[in-house]
Amino acid sequence: MKDLVPLAALGEPALWESARERVYASTDEDVTRALDAEHRTTDHLAALLSPAAVPRLAALEEAARRLTLQRFGRTVVLYVPLYLSNACTNSCSYCGFARHHDIRRATLTEAEVDVELSRLAEQRFRHLLLLTGEDRRAASVAYIRDAVARCHARFSSVSVEVYPMTTAEYAVLVAAGCDGLTLYQETYHRPTYRAVHPAGPKADYDQRLATPLRAAAAGVRAVSLGALLGLADWRVEGVLMALHGALLRRSYWRTRLGFGFPRLRTEPGAGIALLPLTERDLGQLICGLRLCFPDADLVLSTRERAGFRDRMVGIGVTRMSAGSRTSPGGYALGSDAGEQFAVTDTRTPAEIATMLETHGYEPVWKDFDQGFLA
Amino acid sequence: MVNQVFDDKLIIAGRAFASRLLTGTGKFGQPEQLRAALAASGTEIVTVAVRRVDFENPEDRTLAAVDRDRYLLLPNTSGARDAIEAVRIAKIASAIVGHRWVKLEVTPEPDFLLPDGVETLQAARELVAQGFTVLPYMNADPILARHLEEAGCATLMPLAAPIGSNRGLRTADQIRIIVEQARVPVVVDAGLGAPSHAAAALELGADAVLVNTAIATAADPVAMARAFALAVDAGRRAYLAGLSARGDRASASSPLVGQLGKVAP
Repeated sequence: MKDLVPLAALGEPALWESARERVYASTDEDVTRALDAEHRTTDHLAALLSPAAVPRLAALEEAARRLTLQRFGRTVVLYVPLYLSNACTNSCSYCGFARHHDIRRATLTEAEVDVELSRLAEQRFRHLLLLTGEDRRAASVAYIRDAVARCHARFSSVSVEVYPMTTAEYAVLVAAGCDGLTLYQETYHRPTYRAVHPAGPKADYDQRLATPLRAAAAGVRAVSLGALLGLADWRVEGVLMALHGALLRRSYWRTRLGFGFPRLRTEPGAGIALLPLTERDLGQLICGLRLCFPDADLVLSTRERAGFRDRMVGIGVTRMSAGSRTSPGGYALGSDAGEQFAVTDTRTPAEIATMLETHGYEPVWKDFDQGFLA
Repeated sequence: MVNQVFDDKLIIAGRAFASRLLTGTGKFGQPEQLRAALAASGTEIVTVAVRRVDFENPEDRTLAAVDRDRYLLLPNTSGARDAIEAVRIAKIASAIVGHRWVKLEVTPEPDFLLPDGVETLQAARELVAQGFTVLPYMNADPILARHLEEAGCATLMPLAAPIGSNRGLRTADQIRIIVEQARVPVVVDAGLGAPSHAAAALELGADAVLVNTAIATAADPVAMARAFALAVDAGRRAYLAGLSARGDRASASSPLVGQLGKVAP
């Protein structure tokens, strides 16, 4: 398995198989070699994510901690998600926004966005992540563009986690002040992907796989990849995520790479059994990716419980959301619109900032300046 | 000799500094630690990333920790990917800090953060034309150094190794050439991981060093700041004292050559 896999091969069942074999064939010696390597490849990652690495978790954690400290110092960037719309034409079996759910649908008006923004600004946030479902009528590109521009006027950094767009459409968002994109493949395992995305535009695996590269081509500065952990074998997902990231980095050398780690806690449905990850598993995945991507932003959201998030600070996680609400209007509007997933870490942004300070870490509210894009 | 060291000042753009150790403000976890480390380092020039500072917030941790009467707060353009962004960030910075000194950084590649020589030179020309005192972060490229000096830069800031890597003076041979040819101060920036690296840079004739990661991420940043201060002082004194030549062959510590000259043939 080479470090650079072309896009067309990334979704091939044969690649998944070879990554799986690599992971499960890894020995203690392979783990040692991966730990000792100065420059690590995805081959090393397979060993680090393997069952053979489990007895060596303390060593993984220590190596990841040292690298994170060296590259990021004692800092964690705080951001907040802002859901603009929960309208959706997809039927993802695991998602609260899926079209078959009978929830109250809402798409925020400009005035409503302003109210939410004011609340978030009061909480000191300067980094914002805007989210929508996939419904181009409810939340068109022009709508998202206008929302980005409104946020850009008041916040330092505005990223989006929205439906896949064309390069030209991403360029429109960049021009409005969007500097980051989060887009998860959900699963790199094609058969599982097909099962949990039975209908709607998201059913197209290859389309989604190519999307992060289109965003990078449009000049989005930071792109975060990820898989919805629990759908397929996380050890293999981790290797595929890394290959996707490696491809992105080689193709668009200016783009800053990040990884997110959304962990599915409920049955995904569609006849797919949840493959649950323990916190130890998730910790191993985060350590492995840190060791192979020393400078990548590693993001841990409020899906995870407070104690675990606190522990992962310093080990590898460099970005955290705080005080999140996952329904449109959830901050200041008292909305009863449906939420995407249940938040586990319910601490306020101020409480999370205090936690970081108590651990000797600086909560970074601002790590980007509008001047770069103005 | 002692007096020579005593009066030995670092002069940048006509301004004199007693300390030859510049420090950064990144990667510190606690503001008290940053404040104490700055004091222990004896530094007089402190860099700060514009992208990190919330200038609208007077309680911003970095701003609050840096006493502006005591230190020259030197904004950097870190995060800029090209000349246009760097110039824009420099202008924003100068409006806020109230002076026109800027550490120019153009690093389009997000992992190793290596400086883009082409864009840096273009930004330097523009900023100098607009009256800025420009201190450019650069690869250790002697020809680029000539261009940047001709563009009117106040210093040259070649890297020792990729930023944050703590790998030491990897570019020593090129820095030696830059030092030999420069008419402005040469500040070795980035990659110095230990006080001995800083001392080595001063020994080979660099005028100053900039250290951030090695101090900020040390187990005891305050003690490490002091160690760097001492190393910089030692390296400078060694440079001024004139290091003995290095050679491959052993040389007697009581040389005969001078004695032989006095012996009648």
